[in-house]
Amino acid sequence: MSGILILEQALNGLQFGLMLFLLASGLTLVFGIMDMINLAHGALYMIGAFLTAWLVQLTQSFFLSVFLAVILTSIFGMLLEKTLLKSLYARDHMSQVLATFALILILNESVKMIWGTDLPLSSPDYLSGPIEIIPGLMYSSYRLVIIATGLLIALFLYLVVTRTKMGAWVRAGASNREMALAMGINIDILFTAVFGLGAALCAVAGAMLAPLLAVQVGMGENILILAFVVIVIGGIGSVWGAFVGSLLVGCVDTMGRSLLPFMFREFLPPQWAGAAGPAVASILVYVLMAGVLFVRPQGLFNQRT
Amino acid sequence: MSLHPHQSSPNPVPLAQTLGVLAILILALAMPFLLDKIGLDYYLGSLTKMMIYGIAACSLNLILGYAGLVSFGHAAYMGIGAYAVGILISQGQVNAWVDISFSVLLCAFLALLMGFICLRTKGVYFIMITLAFAQMLYYLSNSIKAFGGDEGLSIKSRLDFGIQLSQKSDVHLYFLVLIFLILSLYLIHRIMNSKFGQVIKAIKDDDVRVDSIGIHAFKYKLAIFVIAGALGGLAGALMVNQQKYVSPNLLHWTQSGTLMVMVILGGVGTLSGGLWGALLLLTLESVISEYTLHWQFFVGWILLAVILMAPKGLASFSALWSARSKGRDQVPKVKTIKP
Amino acid sequence: MKFKKVLALSVIGACQMLTMPMLHAADKVKVGFVSTLSGPSAALGVDIRDAFQLAVKLNGGKLGGLPAEVIISDDQFKPDVAKEQFEKMVKRDKVDFLTGVVFSNIMLAALPETVESNTFYLSPNAAPSPMAGKDCSPNFFAVAWPNDAYHEAAGQYATNKGFKSAYLLAPNYQAGQDSLAGFKRFYKGKVVNEVYTKLGQLDYAAELAEIRAAKPEILYIFLPGGMGVNFIKQFMAAGLSKETKLIVPGFGADQDIIRGVGADMLGVFDTSHWGLDLPNAANKKFVAEFEKEYKRLPTLYASQGYDTAMLIDAAVKASNGNLSDKDLVRKNLTEAKFSSVRGEFKFNTNHYPIQNYYVREVVKDEQGRLVNKIIGQPIMTRHADAYVQDCKMK
Repeated sequence: MSGILILEQALNGLQFGLMLFLLASGLTLVFGIMDMINLAHGALYMIGAFLTAWLVQLTQSFFLSVFLAVILTSIFGMLLEKTLLKSLYARDHMSQVLATFALILILNESVKMIWGTDLPLSSPDYLSGPIEIIPGLMYSSYRLVIIATGLLIALFLYLVVTRTKMGAWVRAGASNREMALAMGINIDILFTAVFGLGAALCAVAGAMLAPLLAVQVGMGENILILAFVVIVIGGIGSVWGAFVGSLLVGCVDTMGRSLLPFMFREFLPPQWAGAAGPAVASILVYVLMAGVLFVRPQGLFNQRT
Repeated sequence: MSLHPHQSSPNPVPLAQTLGVLAILILALAMPFLLDKIGLDYYLGSLTKMMIYGIAACSLNLILGYAGLVSFGHAAYMGIGAYAVGILISQGQVNAWVDISFSVLLCAFLALLMGFICLRTKGVYFIMITLAFAQMLYYLSNSIKAFGGDEGLSIKSRLDFGIQLSQKSDVHLYFLVLIFLILSLYLIHRIMNSKFGQVIKAIKDDDVRVDSIGIHAFKYKLAIFVIAGALGGLAGALMVNQQKYVSPNLLHWTQSGTLMVMVILGGVGTLSGGLWGALLLLTLESVISEYTLHWQFFVGWILLAVILMAPKGLASFSALWSARSKGRDQVPKVKTIKP
Repeated sequence: MKFKKVLALSVIGACQMLTMPMLHAADKVKVGFVSTLSGPSAALGVDIRDAFQLAVKLNGGKLGGLPAEVIISDDQFKPDVAKEQFEKMVKRDKVDFLTGVVFSNIMLAALPETVESNTFYLSPNAAPSPMAGKDCSPNFFAVAWPNDAYHEAAGQYATNKGFKSAYLLAPNYQAGQDSLAGFKRFYKGKVVNEVYTKLGQLDYAAELAEIRAAKPEILYIFLPGGMGVNFIKQFMAAGLSKETKLIVPGFGADQDIIRGVGADMLGVFDTSHWGLDLPNAANKKFVAEFEKEYKRLPTLYASQGYDTAMLIDAAVKASNGNLSDKDLVRKNLTEAKFSSVRGEFKFNTNHYPIQNYYVREVVKDEQGRLVNKIIGQPIMTRHADAYVQDCKMK
C-alpha cells in the first residue's frame, strides 16, 4: 500500500469524521445539558439537506443556499424545542426515545409531502474538479472544502465553549445542571440556544454531505446511530469527546472500506470480501463502544460530576 | 401468613372478564371461515403476521413493562430466530419441532450472553448497549453472503409440523400461530403471577431494595431477559415460516423501535398489551396506506399524543423508572425545574 | 376493560372490510406494476412505468383489445416491501400479469409469490443468471436482456480495443456478480482487481483511492441509477478521468446518468441492446411519442417498459382475451409476435431474449443535447445467454 493511498484514505476518514462531529457535538450538548435523548436529531440533518437542495433551485448559489438553510433549520429547531421538546425534559429517557421516534416518522413524512422522497443536489461547478495536493495525489476540491469547514467549525466551537460567557454557561450546565440553575443561569434561553446551535450544526453537515451522498428521506437514520455511538464513546456532554470519538469512528469506518476488504481478498472470494469488509468495520465500531462502556462507562472525556 | 409470596393465586376472575376472553377466542377460531365467506381470505395472512408480531411485542413487554428494562435491541431475537430457522430449512431440515426448539434455545442462549453484559449497565447506557448488540448482529447478517446478505434469504418450503397440508395451507398456519400465541400468553401469565413474577415487579420498583433483602436482583433480571429472548426467537421462527423470507432489516434498530411502539400503544406492563399494540399498529398501517402513502405521518402523531398525554399506566411506569434510573451515582434529577 | 378489547377487535375487523377490493371482472386485463419509484434510483422505475403507460395509452387504454387496469406500487428499493406488494397483487387483486421491478435482488425476493401461484412475471429489467439456467420457470419471462449481456458486449469491446488491464467494480448483489462474470467471460486482458461495493452505496471515496493506486488502463463499472451518478461525479472530481479510461454498460451512460452528471459524460463508450437511433418503425414512433408526452428523451429502461406492454398486448390478442387459459397465454407470450423497438425479438427456450448488442458513444445531437449514438456494426449478433443449457424447462 503506497503512501499516497494511505494519505488519501486518511483524508477520507478525516472528512467523514468531521461531518459526524458536527452531528455528534450538537447531540452531546443537548443530551449533556438538557438530559434529553433526541432521536430526531438526524431529521434535522435531513431537513438541512432538503432546504439546501430546494434553495439551490431558487437561488442558483450553493453556499448562499447552505447559509440560508442553516439559519432556517436552526429556527425550525428552536421552534420545535419551544413547543414540543420542552415537555420531554422532565420525562424519563424511554418516553423521550419514543416521542422523538414518533417525531422522526412525522418529520420524514412531512418532508416527503412537501418535496417528495428526494431532491437532486450537486456541488458547485467550480468545486467539481480536483486539486493536486502533493505531486501524484489529485484530491477532490469539494472534499477539501468539507474538511476545511469541519475544522473551522470545530475551532469555532472550541472558542465559544472555552472563551465566551455562553460557553461557560454551557459547560456549567453540562457539568452540573442543578448547580448552574442555582447560580442564576437563565435555563430557558440557554436550552433554546443550545438546541438551535445543534440544529444549525446538523444542517451544515446535511448540506455539505448531500452532494456526495443523496438528498433523500430517511438519510438521517443511519448517521444518527453513529452519532450516538460517538457521544457514548466520547462522553456525554463533552464536545472534545465528540471530536475525538468522531475521528476515531471516521477512521475505523474508512479503514473498513479499504484496508479490510484488501486483507479479506487474500483468502475470500471477492463478493465475500466486499461484504465482509464494511460489516466488520461497523461491528468494530460497536465493539469499541461496548468496550468503552465496560471499562469507562461514563465515556472517555465525561464532563458530568 | 398473609404476606407469604406463595399465596399468589389471583382474586377470583370476574365473570365479565372470562366471558370477554371466551368471546375473543371464539372470534379468533372462527376468523378463517368468516373471512372466507366474505371473500377476504387474503387477510388471513395479515392476521397471522399480526399475531406473530403480537408474540414478539408481548415478549418485549416482559422486560420493558414488567421488569422496566428499556431494551432497544429486542428485534435481534426475532431476527436471529428467523435466520436460524431459515438457514435450517434451506439446508433441508424442515422438521418444525427440531427447528423451533433450536431457534428458541439459540435465542435464549444469546439473551443470556447479551444480558450478562448489558444488565451491568443502567439508564441510557443500557439502552445504547442493547442497541449496539442488535446492530452488530444486523451488520453480521448483512455481511454473510452465504445466507443472502442484504438481499435476504428466501426459502422454498415451510416447516413440517407432521400434520398433512401444514406446509401449504394458510389456514393451518393461522391456527398453529394462534396456538403458539395462546401458549405464550399463558406462559407469561403464569410467570408474572408466580413468586418469580413478584420479585420482578419489585425489581422494577426499586432494585436496590430488592438487593438489600438478600435477593440477587441481577439473576432475576437475567432470567426474565432470557425468557423474553426465547419468546422473541419463537416469534422470529414463526415469522420466517409464514413469509418464507428473512432479511437483515428484521434486526435493524427501527424494528426494535416499532416493537416498543406496539408495547406502548397496547399497554405497558399488561399481559396482552403487546398483542393489542401489534394488531392496532399493523391495522392502522394497512388501512391508512390504502388512502395515503403517508400513513407513518398519522401513526407518528397518534404515538406522540399517547406519550405526551401519558395515560395513567404509562405515567406511573415512567415516574418510577426515572427515579430508579438516575441511580445512586448521580445527582438526583430535580423534577421541579421546568425550563 | 375487556369490552374495550372486544370493541377494538370489531373495529379492526371493520377496517379490514374497508379495504375490500373490487371484484375481479373477466373482461379486462389486470397488470400489477411494482417498481422503484422513490429514492436515488427512482428515475429507472419511473421511466419503465411512464413508457408502459404510454403504450397502454397509445392503444386506447387497452391491451390486446381488452381494457387494461394497471395497478402501480412503489417498492421503495426494499425487497420486503416488494414481496408484500406482490403478494397483495396476486392474492387480493388477482392480477393477470405482474411486472415492473428494476433491481435483481428485489425481484428475486418477491418472485416466488408469482411463479408459485401460476401468475406470469414479465421482467422489464432484471434478469438474473440463475433464472436463465437452473432456476428457470415457465412463468418467468425476461423481456429486456439477460443480466450478463451488456457486460459480455463490453468485455468483447475492451478485448477488440486491446486494453491491457482492467479494474472491475459492481454492487454486491446478483446483478453485480452477473455483470463482472459476463465482462470477464469475453475480456481477454488482465483483471487487476474485482471489487464489490454495497448496494445503494453513495460515497465512493475509499474505492476511488484504491483505483488510483492500482493504475489500471481501463475501469469497468456497473452502477445503475443513483449509484452511477454519484460514482462518476466523484470519479471526475478526483481527477481520475485523466489517469484511467472509464467504460460502462448502457446503464452507466443513459439519459438518467447524463442528467445527473452533465457535460462530463461526453465521449463515454457504453454497450446496449437498444439506442434512440435504431431505424425501425416501432422505435421511431416510440421515441417521438415518449418525447412528446413526457418532454424528455427515453432511456433504455423506458424502451423495455414499452416492449413489455406491447408483448402483453400481442399475447392477449393472440389468446383472444382468454386469460384464464394460462397455457394458451404462456404459448403466446413465448411466441412473442410483436414489433419490438429494438428490432427483431425472439425468446430462447429459457424465456430469455436472443438479440443484437451495440456499442454506443455519448455525443451531442443537432440540438446540442447529449445522447447515445450507436457506433458501427453490432458487436454481438443474435447473442444468447451462457446459462440456457442448464434450464430444464421444455
